[in-house]
Amino acid sequence: MNWSRTLTVARTDLKQLAQAKDFWLPMVVLGSLFFVVFPGILLLTITQIGQVDVIADISDTLDVLPSSAQEQIEGQSPEGRTGYALAVFLFAPVAVVIPLTISTAVGAATIVGERERGTGEFLAHSPAGVREIYLGKLIASLLPGYGTTVVGFTVYSMIVNLTVGPEVGGWFFPTAQWWVMILWVLPPFLAICLSLVLRLSARVTSTAAAQQASGLISLPLIMIAYSQSTGALLGSGAIAIWLGGLAWIIAIVSLNRGVRSVTRSRLLGVASGM
Amino acid sequence: MNLVAVPEPPSSDISGSSVIEGSSSTAVVSIVSASKSFGPVTALDGLDLSIEKGRISVLLGPNGAGKTTAIRMITGALSPDTGSARVFGLDPAGPDGQTVRRRCGVVSAKPSLYDRLSGWDNLRYAAELYDLGRGTSTDGRIREAAAMFGIEGSLDHQVGGYSTGMKTRLALSRSVLHDPDLLLLDEPTSGLDPESAFAVLELIRTMTREGQTVLMCTHLLLEAEGLADEIVVMQKGTTLLAGVPDELAADYWPTPQVRLSSPDHHALESLRNETGVTKVELASGSAVVDVDDHDRIPQLVAALVAAGAPVTGVVPFAPTLEDLYFAVRRDRGDSEGQDDIRPPEELSGRPARTLPEAA
Repeated sequence: MNWSRTLTVARTDLKQLAQAKDFWLPMVVLGSLFFVVFPGILLLTITQIGQVDVIADISDTLDVLPSSAQEQIEGQSPEGRTGYALAVFLFAPVAVVIPLTISTAVGAATIVGERERGTGEFLAHSPAGVREIYLGKLIASLLPGYGTTVVGFTVYSMIVNLTVGPEVGGWFFPTAQWWVMILWVLPPFLAICLSLVLRLSARVTSTAAAQQASGLISLPLIMIAYSQSTGALLGSGAIAIWLGGLAWIIAIVSLNRGVRSVTRSRLLGVASGM
Repeated sequence: MNLVAVPEPPSSDISGSSVIEGSSSTAVVSIVSASKSFGPVTALDGLDLSIEKGRISVLLGPNGAGKTTAIRMITGALSPDTGSARVFGLDPAGPDGQTVRRRCGVVSAKPSLYDRLSGWDNLRYAAELYDLGRGTSTDGRIREAAAMFGIEGSLDHQVGGYSTGMKTRLALSRSVLHDPDLLLLDEPTSGLDPESAFAVLELIRTMTREGQTVLMCTHLLLEAEGLADEIVVMQKGTTLLAGVPDELAADYWPTPQVRLSSPDHHALESLRNETGVTKVELASGSAVVDVDDHDRIPQLVAALVAAGAPVTGVVPFAPTLEDLYFAVRRDRGDSEGQDDIRPPEELSGRPARTLPEAA
């Protein structure tokens, strides 16, 4: 295993992505909408328009949250409590959905794309091992999604603190659970999703087929990640840590099995039963 | 126009076994009875191939003959279903595959380049995968490899904007970047202008003079003729003929031939009685005469003149690779895929050879 080659494969893939404006522009738009525009508008509306019935209604609905979640909510005014609840709990799934969506789109095209462009032939004849190629592709698929989340999350944190912070007594975000989710829960879910998507990408005959099939695979995973991350944020920190640990175990097993899906004959596009 | 039947070739030549069995310890590539199927399609069917060190070997054959599969097997990109492949004495599809691949430079039939990257980035990617690392020495090596094929001025441009010829030249540069011991070229001059193609062929000659080994697939028989130390004619995944072109031709046409043209049919027929003539095949206005020595040809012309026959043409037959290739394939009764082999006259503009042709 030569990590230098792995990183070379990843770096080259990322460089190609950076050249593909038609790919990263929608990615930036998607991230901006869900991390900046929608939360910004919603939180500004709640905190700036004052005491209205709608906010009171939303504030009332906070009663349905689990007691562990309710205990976390800070702020005295309805605006502050509502803003806090929305900032911490409502947008949690976004941090999961965005990276999974972006990484799935990148990962689906990565191996079949080599085959379609004919560059799989170059890789197949090169000294790079299939494990190095697989991991390089995995990193190149994971980073755009996770990177978008980290950048988006940073911007989102600033927006949340600037809009809701004054209502709850200062900067409060990210909360401990958010840190656990971003650093501990999200990465293994990404890895599980990508291990499946890369396997698909190695087997299908076209990028279009890979995109379609990976959508079918990633959608249930996204829903699971959505529900689990929400639960992790609503529940205690221990749940999130246990959930993340379980996801890491599944991810490692899945990644290890996924290596076998990349073969030189598949890079060439001549493997029977692809 | 059918003038003469192809002489019966020696059986050992057709099997190619003389070359295979004679493979010595200097063989860089040794493929023995290798078979490879993709589902119902048999790509290789008991292929025997031996490539000697420092030689230029050319694989000839129609589409689907198994040339590309053979190259893929040499780098270990594919492993044989049965039989064996050894390269530098190692199994390329086994644990030593990485060592083998690091010593091979490959140019595929399609350039296999990353269109969104610049030429420089494509070469740098290869340099890093082939463990040349990063740094000024690697940068120098990249520039040197690009300059060998006259592409150094376009390295900063995105490959997607390159012409076909530029892509081929970049792919060639990439293949020699790590100074490989074995160069595997699948149609390397495809898409190149004549000057560039000539430069590529010169480079191939230079590389073998420096001890490197070249295995090349081509459809251009004229190109192969001027270049090949050895040829391997493949068909349906197996070796049809292998050896040194001149020796194979000498075995295939053991006696010299000449086509004499004259409107005097009787005079041509009377050549049978001349000393040294072993065979005369008559056609309208000409005769193909087998003689025991080239020196007999003036004697035959003199005999026609003495008989009062006007001599309108004297064409001694010096068999080319093209003649050999088509004769062998005709002899095997298989003309499938001939369309994708381009005879030399397509390239040179000289008239098609009429000798010999199958009856």
